[in-house]
Amino acid sequence: MSQNVIIIDYGAGNIQSLKFALSRLGVEAETSSDVKTIKAADKVIFPGVGHAESAMEKLKETGLHLIIPELQQPVLGICLGMQLMCRFTEEGPTQGLGIFDVEVKRFETQLKVPHMGWNLIKNLKTDLFQNLPQEAYMYFVHSYYVPLNTDSIADSDYGCNFCAALKKHNFYGVQFHPEKSSQWGEKILDNFLKLAI
Amino acid sequence: MLTKRIIPCLDIKNGRTVKGVNFVNLIDAGDPVELAQRYAENLADELVFLDITATEEKRKTLIDLVHRVGKAINIPFTVGGGVSSVEDVSAILKAGADKVAINSAAVKNPDLINKLSAKFGNQCIVVAIDAKRIDDNWKVHLVGGKVPTDLDLFEWAREVEFRGAGEILFTSMNHDGTKNGFANQTLKKLNQILNIPVIASGGAGSIKHFEDTFTSGKADAALAASVFHFGEISIQTLKQELINRKIKVRL
Repeated sequence: MSQNVIIIDYGAGNIQSLKFALSRLGVEAETSSDVKTIKAADKVIFPGVGHAESAMEKLKETGLHLIIPELQQPVLGICLGMQLMCRFTEEGPTQGLGIFDVEVKRFETQLKVPHMGWNLIKNLKTDLFQNLPQEAYMYFVHSYYVPLNTDSIADSDYGCNFCAALKKHNFYGVQFHPEKSSQWGEKILDNFLKLAI
Repeated sequence: MLTKRIIPCLDIKNGRTVKGVNFVNLIDAGDPVELAQRYAENLADELVFLDITATEEKRKTLIDLVHRVGKAINIPFTVGGGVSSVEDVSAILKAGADKVAINSAAVKNPDLINKLSAKFGNQCIVVAIDAKRIDDNWKVHLVGGKVPTDLDLFEWAREVEFRGAGEILFTSMNHDGTKNGFANQTLKKLNQILNIPVIASGGAGSIKHFEDTFTSGKADAALAASVFHFGEISIQTLKQELINRKIKVRL
């Protein structure tokens, strides 16, 4: 199945490993910041590493902050991408895109921050986690987290239980990096690619 | 709960692995891509590639290698060796690496850490520190441990965290190559004064050594080369044994 997958390019971080991961699944994704191209895609991936405030500014420069919440096709936010889909983040602090009505918080824990490395995700829901075991290890790198909320479709534990993935309508978000999370991360990306358009 | 990480390290020279490897069924043991793939399939949590040529004219070979490794493996990997500028880091990350390790360049120009962290995010900046105990002081060494400096290990570690390092890769030169275990007391102290992950390196010889560095040394990750390359310890066996000893690892 050939489909048109666009990775939103807003200058936030390195997306080569994501392209490589998609390529291993048979999809040659293009990166774009062009509104028309993004709107016309079958699937959209919204990646991001770095600081929320400067990332949000970059989205505003291109008007993408208005376009992303309007998208109709399946959209997958990864890491900072997921956090920016929320209403607000303490990082900055910064107003997000408001797709998910939840506030992103900084880890307040005795543990080291950032939360970096492999951790279990559990309570997996929706097609995004089809054919995964009940719990699976994913690779995380983040200092801010989304608290558990009504849109949670996976959670994890680092000093507290937090939301590891979210879903609302056509929007999905994952806090971990599926593109770097070995076979089960690959499976999640594959499941996303297989979602009905 | 976050797991402890096991990280094989591959020394690269002219785009090939050196120090030798002894993997069964590897057609060409010198090919870093094949080796990386094998480790990724065998439950390594991350990989580190250290380019020991690191001369200007060989950098293109390295970038090409990073690209091929990135295409092939689905776990994070770090590239280091002779990295000395924003341009170096940019090229390595663009080619597909997840993190970059800097060592001598950070000592010579500490501002580089701030610059790199601001530009690429602290999650991808690993500062490697080689140190040696001289009398009762741990002194930072450069150029693969050949050149001593006056820098105190603990002060330098604090400074690199403050400047924006995302992780510290600490190699004890007193332990490296001995296979007598990691520098756990020193690691424990580093761990107490830092709030970023510490990767233990130097001294791995047995499963017990890994157990000790996670329990006594409080290391977040352990790096080793020859015990993995020569098949003395398989990562699968190591991890199973660590789980038996109540240490959380990804299996």
